[in-house]
Amino acid sequence: MGFFMTNILTIVCFFPLLGVLIILLWPKGKEHETEVKWIANIVAFLGFVVSIPLITHFNRPEYIDSSGMRYVFKAPWIESLGVQYYFGIDGISLLLILLTTLLGSISILSSWNAITTRVREYYCYFLILQTGMLGVFMALDFFLFYVFWEVMLVPMYFIIGIWGGPRKLYAAIKFFLYTLLGSVLLLLGILALYFHQYAVKGVWSFDVLAFQELGIPPDLQYWIFLAMFVGFAIKVPLFPFHTWLPDAHVEAPTAGSVILAGVLLKMGTYGFVRFSLPILPDATMEFLPWMMAISVIGIIYGALVAMMQKDIKKLVAYSSVSHLGFCMLGVFIVTPVALEGGILQMINHGISTGALFLIVGIIYERRHTRMISDYSGLSHVMPVYAVVFLIMTLSSIGMPTLNGFIGEFMVLQGVFADPDYKLWAVFGAAGIVLGAAYMLWLYQRVMFGTIKQEENRKLPDLTPRELATFVPLIILAFWIGLYPSPFLSYLHEPVNQIVEKVRPGEFQPRSMQAQIGDR
Amino acid sequence: MIEYFWLALVPPLAGFLFNGLAGKRLPARIVSGAGCAAIGASFLFLLAVFAEFIRLPASEQQIVHRLFTWIQAGTFTAECSFLLDPLSMIMLLVITGVGFLIHVYSTAYMKGESGLYRYFAYLNLFIFMMSLLVMAGNYLLLFVGWEGVGLCSYLLIGYYIERRSAGDAAKKAFVVNRVGDACFLLGVFLIFKTFGTLEFGSLFETVSRTHPQPEGGFTVLAAITLLLFLGATGKSAQIPLQVWLPDAMEGPTPVSALIHAATMVTAGVYLVVRSAALYSRAPDVLLLVAVVGVLTALLAALTALVQRDIKKVLAYSTISQLGYMFMALGVGAFSTGIFHLFTHAFFKALLFLGAGSVLLRLHHELDLFRMGGLKNSLRVTCWTMWVGTAALAGIVPLSGFFSKDEILWRALDSPLGHPVFWVAGLVVAGLTAFYMCRLMFLAFYGSPAHGHGESGSEAGTAVTAPLTLLAGAAAVAGLIGLPAYLGDHRLDRFLEPVFRYSYDHGVSASHASHSLELLAAGAALAISLLGGALAYRLYARDRSLPRRLADRFPAIHGTLQRQFRIDEAYSLFVVGGLKALSRRVLWRVVDVGVVDGAVNGTASLFRRWSGVAARMQSGNTRTYAAWIVTGAALVFLYLLSVIG
Repeated sequence: MGFFMTNILTIVCFFPLLGVLIILLWPKGKEHETEVKWIANIVAFLGFVVSIPLITHFNRPEYIDSSGMRYVFKAPWIESLGVQYYFGIDGISLLLILLTTLLGSISILSSWNAITTRVREYYCYFLILQTGMLGVFMALDFFLFYVFWEVMLVPMYFIIGIWGGPRKLYAAIKFFLYTLLGSVLLLLGILALYFHQYAVKGVWSFDVLAFQELGIPPDLQYWIFLAMFVGFAIKVPLFPFHTWLPDAHVEAPTAGSVILAGVLLKMGTYGFVRFSLPILPDATMEFLPWMMAISVIGIIYGALVAMMQKDIKKLVAYSSVSHLGFCMLGVFIVTPVALEGGILQMINHGISTGALFLIVGIIYERRHTRMISDYSGLSHVMPVYAVVFLIMTLSSIGMPTLNGFIGEFMVLQGVFADPDYKLWAVFGAAGIVLGAAYMLWLYQRVMFGTIKQEENRKLPDLTPRELATFVPLIILAFWIGLYPSPFLSYLHEPVNQIVEKVRPGEFQPRSMQAQIGDR
Repeated sequence: MIEYFWLALVPPLAGFLFNGLAGKRLPARIVSGAGCAAIGASFLFLLAVFAEFIRLPASEQQIVHRLFTWIQAGTFTAECSFLLDPLSMIMLLVITGVGFLIHVYSTAYMKGESGLYRYFAYLNLFIFMMSLLVMAGNYLLLFVGWEGVGLCSYLLIGYYIERRSAGDAAKKAFVVNRVGDACFLLGVFLIFKTFGTLEFGSLFETVSRTHPQPEGGFTVLAAITLLLFLGATGKSAQIPLQVWLPDAMEGPTPVSALIHAATMVTAGVYLVVRSAALYSRAPDVLLLVAVVGVLTALLAALTALVQRDIKKVLAYSTISQLGYMFMALGVGAFSTGIFHLFTHAFFKALLFLGAGSVLLRLHHELDLFRMGGLKNSLRVTCWTMWVGTAALAGIVPLSGFFSKDEILWRALDSPLGHPVFWVAGLVVAGLTAFYMCRLMFLAFYGSPAHGHGESGSEAGTAVTAPLTLLAGAAAVAGLIGLPAYLGDHRLDRFLEPVFRYSYDHGVSASHASHSLELLAAGAALAISLLGGALAYRLYARDRSLPRRLADRFPAIHGTLQRQFRIDEAYSLFVVGGLKALSRRVLWRVVDVGVVDGAVNGTASLFRRWSGVAARMQSGNTRTYAAWIVTGAALVFLYLLSVIG
């Protein structure tokens, strides 16, 4: 157990590669494809299982570093450049890692019938992608982070480009170029930090926590912020960097969309939270109004454009733009409640939008069309599907007792609590209304009414395998909606640290305020 | 036992889960039985709680139970806490009591429906959410119930999923409500920001300390109450968010009864009364509430005059009566508003269920002008509906007389009242009597129209028993609030502890003599009778006059029938405008044109330049060598310039 726990991050991160290795060594040929699927599923599921001890041991003192990071593992990697193999997580990364391992195994399970060509390659790419994403959430060395960030890009490119829809090449290349452009600018930002650190301290290092202590002059902060902003904003995606997203989602296979929406988009928001905010606090405050503005534009804009879509997947894709706007609104107002809400909303979006893409995938697999007008009255033939779809629709539009409400509420509450920006909450509230409009309209058109297309009359309801992909997501949606405390409890400490860095002294933790009140 | 009052939530939730998860495979008898039993159990339990509750001294009639901390982050905390005070007690009894009768009635009305399990599951959930709404100990938990009833109404209005209009109506109800909900949410934020708590008890206590006197103008309390009121206009179908309610008739009739009587629409009234401590300190907002109430009451009553659809008449009637309630709240008579909510719950449920009985008999014929002569075949329905009509029209001594009369009297007598309110209220009373009698004469008298013969009968005890019980309640419910000249206003006294932190405008103290009050009551009664008599003249015997009037003044008739075209204006400007903006501007121009245009433009730019770059890779060794030399030379020059 000792070896396992001290190396747990490495094990969790590289566990999926074990599956890749086995698949590569496994005998080739059509007749072995089912075995390959089993291997991928088992490895992905075990990948989730090995990530569970991260929760159970999270607050054991022996795994807590002096910086507050957990399970820290540090070893020199490229000594001449000061690059380290440096892993460590806090509560924010913990939740995102668990989301990744869970959604990863769900989306691999959902691919069982959807992927029929080049099966081995598909699962290999998916597992490599999994490792890339996990590494991003664990790396505390900026160079290491960048390596994982880029590693992630390649398998996703292939997943869209090989197993995607009719315009897959256009979408894949657009996705690749967009993110590559972002990556290059991000790299410039990282290098600027790296050289500045050397200039100040005389040390070559990519240590993220050390960057936070640098006290970078504001002018330099602004430039670095802008460079990193482009990199992260494209990933989120923030308006107007979002147009790769609808194309990528529409063309990607179902599992690709689930991972893309569920985890990959969170890379951008995570990047802002982990790097931009604590390393560049002055720039954050300087650009705060602008960030608020584009977040709000994203919320309203995404919702309005989603309303008019004829393609279900495109609709859900644009709804992501709107939801991620909420996340960014919460992150950039940098009040404790809103930041926690924004981070929770990242998880929520992964759950509900991930599930919505699975939902689209299920009818796509049966009918090979994603046009809303090709469906109607499906609740007559697919009652279980109708219930799952309804729950996830409600989760997405922020119905209380489900997860989306908690996140949206906390974000808007936190925005409203800031005296200078309270009116921005009004736009957020408008987004809630529009969200209900486009999602319920979608639901009405697809599920209500009579069946008009003969092909739809014999659609089978969810199979046990399909239902299994939804059950964990539904449980989580209700859990977070009814009793979010266990999730929020992991966020208090890191969020307070970040807020304290960006807006020192403005928000005292509750206990201190209570004491002042008592006096 | 009383501290476990919140357990009343359990049976409806259990019923929902039972029918929702297992109902599909169970026989209809068990499904409907379980649905009714759940609400019945909850009602009986609450009766037992009530028996204990009234024995408590008034100062202790405020029981708070904290279940767990729901959300905690930074300085923000929201509890999952429940509150039982006289207001929630009376609301709970109405919700579960009337709700139970509607459940029983549904077993007959919905007989043979294939989605019965769905229906009862949603109905149970509706009661659960409404109970949660009135039992919540803070604004956020109240909001959960608030959104919850919105969801249930969505599910039930859209119950006949194969009908497109049902789906449209359901979505409209939800989205229009969401507009109000968003305002409500902003109000909640403002409350927390200003007072640092959302718990009713501590909040109202703080408010009474920090704002001892009411203050005109746009104070923070005015902003809070205004936002909450906008929320209330959504749920309670007041101007400007009244448009969803008439469409909501797409749902099964018992659902209409539930929405209009016991749940949903009363939520807005409840919210304002619950927040009386805030509203009583924002006199300008109170005035607005009264004005909105009066206008809504008038507008809806006028619209109800000319409707052909029996359920639409009742729908507009509900909007109009809710306007009455808001008028009462607006003049500071909070307990009077609850009094009318209480009596209205009985007679409006009764009228809807009666209408449902008519529909069962006529195979869902909704047009009043295709009805007639039903009084012989539907005896029980006919006489119970007459009781309901008389109660709604405010005929002495039925319940509506006392509650409506109190509203009118407060509108005149309260320091916040105004004679204009009173006059408008009188007009509405006359209109109410007219449209209700019109409905009765058209449906039950005259010659049977369109082949529905004299034969046929009531649909059974499950229909008649709830009707009879509700008729009884509609007749006597007014006795709990007798006016001062007749005796004791028990409801006022019972509700007193609820308003302990409200600013007392001296509303309930009488400012004028009993004789004036009697005179006012007499005037209202006379106008109601006049309205009824006019309806008798126009619709009971010779029915040609109304048609001639409609032909003579088509513009007025059309405007009234279409609810002053407000709905059309909304769909044209708001819905149409947003759609055009989204489709024509944002998506086609901004997204596909500008942003993607820029991206694709860059791409084609690169493609052109890459042609040049590609030519460099000719495969010819000598060309490569030339490039290498050129490159090296450039680097050399650069290094020279740096060093030099």
